[in-house]
Amino acid sequence: MRLSTGDPRLRAAAYQAAALAAVILLGWYLVSNTLANLEARRIASGFAFLGREAGFEIGETSLIAYGAADTYLRALAVGLANTFRVALIGIVAATALGALIGLARLSRNWLVAKLAAAYVEFVRNVPLLVQLFFWYAVITENLPGPREAVEPLPGVFLANRGIFFPVPAWSAVHGWMLAATALGAGAALAHARWARRRQARTGRRPPVLAGAAALLVLPPALAWLAGGAPTRFSVPALAGFNFAGGAHLSPEFAALTAGLIVYTASFIAEIVRAGVLAIDRGQFEAAYALGLRRGLAMRLVVLPQALRAIVPPVTSQYLNLIKNSSLAVAIGYPDLVSIANTTINQTGQAIEGIAIIMAVYLTISLVISALMNWYNARIALKER
Amino acid sequence: MSAPVHPVVNAAGSAPAGGAAPLRWLRANLFASWPNALLTLAALWLLWRALPPFVDWAFLDAIWTAPDSKACRAAAGEGACWAFVAEKHRFILFGTYPYEEHWRPAVACVILVGLWAASGLRRLWNWRLVPLWAAGLAAVGVLMWGGVPGLPYVENERWGGLILTLLLTTFGLAIAFPLAILLALGRRSGMPVIQGLCVGFIELVRGVPLISLLFMASVMLPLFLPERVTIDKLLRAQIAMILFAAAYLAEVVRGGLQAIPRGQYEAADALGLSFWEKTLLVVLPQALRISIPPLVNTFIGFFKDTSLVLIIGLFDLLSTVKVSLTEPAWTGFGVEAYLFAALVYFVFCFAMSRYSQSLERELARADAGRRR
Repeated sequence: MRLSTGDPRLRAAAYQAAALAAVILLGWYLVSNTLANLEARRIASGFAFLGREAGFEIGETSLIAYGAADTYLRALAVGLANTFRVALIGIVAATALGALIGLARLSRNWLVAKLAAAYVEFVRNVPLLVQLFFWYAVITENLPGPREAVEPLPGVFLANRGIFFPVPAWSAVHGWMLAATALGAGAALAHARWARRRQARTGRRPPVLAGAAALLVLPPALAWLAGGAPTRFSVPALAGFNFAGGAHLSPEFAALTAGLIVYTASFIAEIVRAGVLAIDRGQFEAAYALGLRRGLAMRLVVLPQALRAIVPPVTSQYLNLIKNSSLAVAIGYPDLVSIANTTINQTGQAIEGIAIIMAVYLTISLVISALMNWYNARIALKER
Repeated sequence: MSAPVHPVVNAAGSAPAGGAAPLRWLRANLFASWPNALLTLAALWLLWRALPPFVDWAFLDAIWTAPDSKACRAAAGEGACWAFVAEKHRFILFGTYPYEEHWRPAVACVILVGLWAASGLRRLWNWRLVPLWAAGLAAVGVLMWGGVPGLPYVENERWGGLILTLLLTTFGLAIAFPLAILLALGRRSGMPVIQGLCVGFIELVRGVPLISLLFMASVMLPLFLPERVTIDKLLRAQIAMILFAAAYLAEVVRGGLQAIPRGQYEAADALGLSFWEKTLLVVLPQALRISIPPLVNTFIGFFKDTSLVLIIGLFDLLSTVKVSLTEPAWTGFGVEAYLFAALVYFVFCFAMSRYSQSLERELARADAGRRR
């Protein structure tokens, strides 16, 4: 076989070798520059600083105990926990609000549809950062101080120091209730499985939803009763210049979650709407012909099919929400990026700090994409 | 939907109950059924609770002009303080650009918006856009930097406000777009090394938050370069924005490439076209046309994302708004200030999104016409 310059395989190999060489050269150039610069600035590279004392306080440490004497590693872990806290609440609430608004936009009620459309159009076209600053300003500048706090519901207070609301006073019974809920959830899953097998065998479908609801609600309720039914609530009360007791959401946390929920919901609403619109009209008509009402036709026929088109883009909205939660740094909520930023400023370990941020977010992205691919493969149309 | 349908009665298209056209419309769209009527009433009640107080606050009781913030402070909680915007609009729009020279960024803004608007006209979708853009951008550069007779030199540390947002967007997209096409082609090239490099770059950039790229540009880029080379902050942020936009645009272009039927490639091969001829003459023109609506959506997202440069200390539109609020006389009017910023961003994004929607319809119509 003769090789000539016109041979596509040879050309491909040459292109690739050139590209690889260029990237390696560039990488070597950057690394050697960086090493020289670090030496000139006397910055020791490496992750040894993670074990040193951080020396700064963190405003919100609800999940991991932390003090200024703890290490940078622990501080970063607190930041990561705070990121997850915002992301989890944001994802759940944004999904609910987004689905509601997406369906409202499809409503045959003209007023409701127009209101939903106005919401989507306005919120989608304003940068998230502007919205975060707006919510933060609403809370810190326009709400009164704790002494004149607004009380929209008994025991719930809105003030420029954040949102205060009552929670059940913690007792050992609550631990048992959590354990009972976990058990119930496991039983509900097993029950759903059994129901599916039974439906396949007999053609009859046992009541799955009712069974799951009972399995989820009854065990914790029984645990609560068995533990003596504690009803004590910790209620926020004014003490000095601030509230004591109850639960507290800081203005930063409240502004960040509100902003993320409102912003992401507008995108999810559009995805839900597009997913439902993508379903062939014939599906609705067939469902009506079978005697299903609009609500039932939506729930039993259209939505299950629409989910196939909805889930992948919604997952990427979840990823966006997690990445967008890094804007916390702009309003001072101590998320991972914000704490890594403080760490960089204190230690000068810029490369390591940014590498940590990137590695964490990349891992989250890859894990969620992998889960999504698995789910997609599961629900994909099985064509026979 | 609960009532049984009587097709014979409705076949003529007459309303179930008589009445004038507006009444019929109300019945069909707001009070079609009991739950629907309840929904309407609930929405009306919500509007009644929210709208009048908002109109009072934003318009009727608002303070539109005031020499200082005293009048605003007196009206705090009752009326909005638009006097803040009136007082600070020059700084918000043009940042610290020399005051007497503000006409220059103003004209530059008009030129940039004009270029975008011209590029939206389908009549102009041909080679003439290239010299138009070159001339426009050159004019913007001369206007902003100056240094020619009649225009004193202004260093780019003093650029700020709306013009900086528009510049970051325009230059970011103009440079990222060709890069994105190359990345998309590379990702689909079938050459394992090139494909791997492109996939690696795209997924890395898309997997991390934009802030981390901006941090990287502002903190790490100086470390990457030899000691004598320094790049200013604006350019560093611009580089990060370009890489970010390129990764996202590349995925959109890839979607367009994937939508091209195999037959097009095979036909081009059969004609004996080389790779670049095939790509430039057959594949890309079709792929880009398909991907224009999603591209415009990505542009909108990028325009909004330029606001993140605030975090690394550049003076874009949002940043100038925020800085205006730090002046002691005007602290505490954040809600008004950010509503104004939201309005400016909204005007640009909404216009682009409307354009994208109309273009999508127009292209779909053209396709339908051709198929007939």
